[in-house]
Amino acid sequence: MIAGPPRGGPVRFLADPMLRTIELTKRYATGDLALDRVSLEVPRGQVLALIGPSGAGKSTLIRCVNRLVEPTSGRVLLGDTDLTALTRAELRMARRRIGMIFQEYALIERLTVMENVLSGRLGYVGFWASWFRRFPAADLARAFETLERVGLVEFVDKRADALSGGQRQRVGIARALLQNPELLLVDEPTASLDPKTSRQIMRLLVELCGERGLAAVINIHDVVLAQEFAQRVVGLRGGRIVFDGPPGALNAAALTAIYGDEDWSRTAAEEAAARPPRGAVLPDRDRMGALGQ
Amino acid sequence: MIAREWRPPPLVADARLRYAIYGGALAYLLLALGSLEINWSRAVEGLERGWRLVAAFLRPDFGARWGEIVDGMRESLTMTVTASVAGIALSVPIALGAARNLAPRPVYLACRSIIALSRSFQEIIIAILFVAMVGFGPFAGFLTITFATIGFLAKLLAEDIEDTDPAQLEAIRATGATWAQWVNYGVQPQVMPRLIGLCVYRLDINFRESAVVGIVGAGGIGATLNTAIDRYEFDVAAAILLIIIAIVMVSEYASSHLRKWVQ
Repeated sequence: MIAGPPRGGPVRFLADPMLRTIELTKRYATGDLALDRVSLEVPRGQVLALIGPSGAGKSTLIRCVNRLVEPTSGRVLLGDTDLTALTRAELRMARRRIGMIFQEYALIERLTVMENVLSGRLGYVGFWASWFRRFPAADLARAFETLERVGLVEFVDKRADALSGGQRQRVGIARALLQNPELLLVDEPTASLDPKTSRQIMRLLVELCGERGLAAVINIHDVVLAQEFAQRVVGLRGGRIVFDGPPGALNAAALTAIYGDEDWSRTAAEEAAARPPRGAVLPDRDRMGALGQ
Repeated sequence: MIAREWRPPPLVADARLRYAIYGGALAYLLLALGSLEINWSRAVEGLERGWRLVAAFLRPDFGARWGEIVDGMRESLTMTVTASVAGIALSVPIALGAARNLAPRPVYLACRSIIALSRSFQEIIIAILFVAMVGFGPFAGFLTITFATIGFLAKLLAEDIEDTDPAQLEAIRATGATWAQWVNYGVQPQVMPRLIGLCVYRLDINFRESAVVGIVGAGGIGATLNTAIDRYEFDVAAAILLIIIAIVMVSEYASSHLRKWVQ
């Protein structure tokens, strides 16, 4: 089911991918080559975990997709739209189709939960409507429904800076969903959260993607979480794809290819294969054992 | 235990250079003081006049020119409020243009030049220019204070905009918001408390400026004060100064309260 083997291998094209990058390259003004001809295809509805060491280009990759970072060369296709060929106004329209979720939540701290969630509709409403916070009734209904889904409906009028980390990330997720996106770009959603909250957030994300048939690219540092929640894992190192496969295939050799030499025996490999299928309930402390190598 | 010695490293490492700098600074100070020509007899004369002014404070005359004082004060307050509103209204767009993280390079440079121009002249000099341009009266004062407000407010607001959290700006940009929506949702909530604080503070400064610019002919209570001193009516001048002090104290107190409240 998965295309895109490591570079150099034969490339099989999917019939109708949600997202496709072709030879995507980013060289920063400082001369650092962050992405080196990355070709990746994400089918509709797939939850993909992007792993790799710090500085491997994970953040750059997802930011090149919605052009928060301008790629140096290569192409990005969202469905049939070539994002790299769009004018500024067209890009704004295309960004509405891509929800983004951030590491430090990136909520507007002084705005209320509801204003933060409704900011997901900014691409759809006119300036004065958004200035006076007069959003269409359908948007409001959708916002309430989404807040209910993420369990924050009683916090509508709380300011974002009054919430806990897990609650803030739920607001971030609700904001992204309000865009009615086809693709989610998720940048280290759990990096600022404790292990239990991290798992809850990952589970919520994966469930929501399932409910809405959303594809997601999730940058994540935590290999164990990636294995448990993603359908596919892509490993990035030095701006290149060095691993692409199902979570079960992430063995010690693969981890060494991604992160370099280390004793990986507790983290992955056989343990991942021996794990019961996703969705089965396992006491948290079993996973925690794997976390603290 | 071995006693070890330690001293903080001196600012200038070379001892000879260090003492040369100290010696040179001292010699310059002595020479400069020697070059001041102080006319002591004139100073003694002035001392007596100064004392009459101080004495006048003990019996300020509010009544004699009350009508003129009220007119001057009304003119000053009008000048302050209108110039502050106009200055703030002009400062906000200039501040947006002068923030490096918001504006393209040419706009940034243009807005920074406006700010630099406004900041490079003291209010009195600008007031003299405007009086020459539009004639005596409060309109020159209004223009002066408006112009001075831009340099102050736009610069400090632009700096606050540059200090905003880039993650929040990125998040709003990723939703497909327009530039105006991006500023309204991403930037404005982050800088609003600072903007309100700066406006209130500037209103306070502007009132004091309005009293000063009157002395060079730009209307307001400053003009009334100037007239009183010219006529040697020190008791009237004292009354005006006391009123100015009272208003400044009240506005200072009110603005510090308001600024604390918006934080």
